[in-house]
Amino acid sequence: MGKKGVETLVGLFVLLGVAGLAFLALKAANLGSLTGADSYSVQARFDNIGGLKPRAAVRSAGVTVGRVSSIVLDPKTFQGVVTLDIERTYNFPKDTAAKILTAGLLGDQYVGLEPGGDDKNLVAGETIAQTQSAVVLENLIGQFLTTQADDAGSASGAASGAKK
Amino acid sequence: MNFVQRLGNNTLDQLRGWGHAALFFWEMLLAVPAALSRFGLVVAQIYAIGNRSLVIILASGLAVGFVLALQMYYALVTYGAAESLGLIVNLSLVRELGPVVTGLLFAGRAGTSLTAEIGLMKAGEQIAAMELMAIDPKARVLVPRLIGGVVSMPILAVLFSAVGILGAWVVAVKMIGVDSGNFWSIMQTQVDVWRDVGNGVIKSIVFGVICTVVALYQGFETEATPEGVAYATTRTVVISSLWILGMDFILTALMFSTP
Repeated sequence: MGKKGVETLVGLFVLLGVAGLAFLALKAANLGSLTGADSYSVQARFDNIGGLKPRAAVRSAGVTVGRVSSIVLDPKTFQGVVTLDIERTYNFPKDTAAKILTAGLLGDQYVGLEPGGDDKNLVAGETIAQTQSAVVLENLIGQFLTTQADDAGSASGAASGAKK
Repeated sequence: MNFVQRLGNNTLDQLRGWGHAALFFWEMLLAVPAALSRFGLVVAQIYAIGNRSLVIILASGLAVGFVLALQMYYALVTYGAAESLGLIVNLSLVRELGPVVTGLLFAGRAGTSLTAEIGLMKAGEQIAAMELMAIDPKARVLVPRLIGGVVSMPILAVLFSAVGILGAWVVAVKMIGVDSGNFWSIMQTQVDVWRDVGNGVIKSIVFGVICTVVALYQGFETEATPEGVAYATTRTVVISSLWILGMDFILTALMFSTP
């Protein structure tokens, strides 16, 4: 085979490799949804972010509208500061509420945005005022046990009060 | 005393061998610019190593994809998680099976051909003739093959994984009846391009370097007899395979230790 033939085949081989890599990256991984070109950042402060991780989804009415870009701890207020990248095509009112929700019962956690009724929209760099932290299972169990103890205490108190 | 003396002797021989191989690798690295300036040689080697291995890599990728889809389906359907079939197959291929199986096949096909070629050149005294003519055999013969191997191996591993995923899609969606939309969408949200695909490519580059250097070293250091060449060829496959599996464990522990 002539030199040109060999070079053409090697070129085709390399192109095939690049095509395979592009297929893997775009169709079989999350590169397609990582483009953050047209997005603006807002911040939200939570007392407890639960299991939220960077690059978690930001959803409103179940539709993904952006991604969590970073999570840091504010050293003064000891709150978690979450930076959200929201696509520019979506504008939310200033009194939008941000909650940390779980997809399904045991799935990944994401940030849910519930729009308010304000006329003015959130601008890049602003902070979402109303937030609800993630549900922490241990606190729930602790609450449940204390209400159980209260009920048992008041029941035995009522019983002993009735006996007297 | 005799046993202890032999143990010490063997250990020193082994260390000497490793040191010799390391110096060999270093001298090859030094000759890389000279080899790159003769780009035609490198291209010819990429053809001989990469293009010629395409058939076995693609066929194996397809077969592994088929079998993975079947086996994972039977395992997942007991937990009602059959929708995650695409994700499981993708992660298995891209993180582990793509680089490792391609590396083993590469060692078997390209590694043995490299060792035999260099060994026969040495047995036919071509290397000695080159050195006599003040031509550096490393720059002319060895390093183009090294560059060819290191360039071909990631491409082959990526193609193995891609063809494997497509083969799994054929079996899962067309034969078994898993939902096609879920197959792709769960995969696309959960597989991270840098952490999974990127680390797989890094692994395949490391395996390519290991396989090619071992093959070239065994060929270069073989005894100049037919039996020596045959022995060197089998040593290439065994040593490359052990190194690939060992490095795979180390790299996986480094790359994927945190979820």
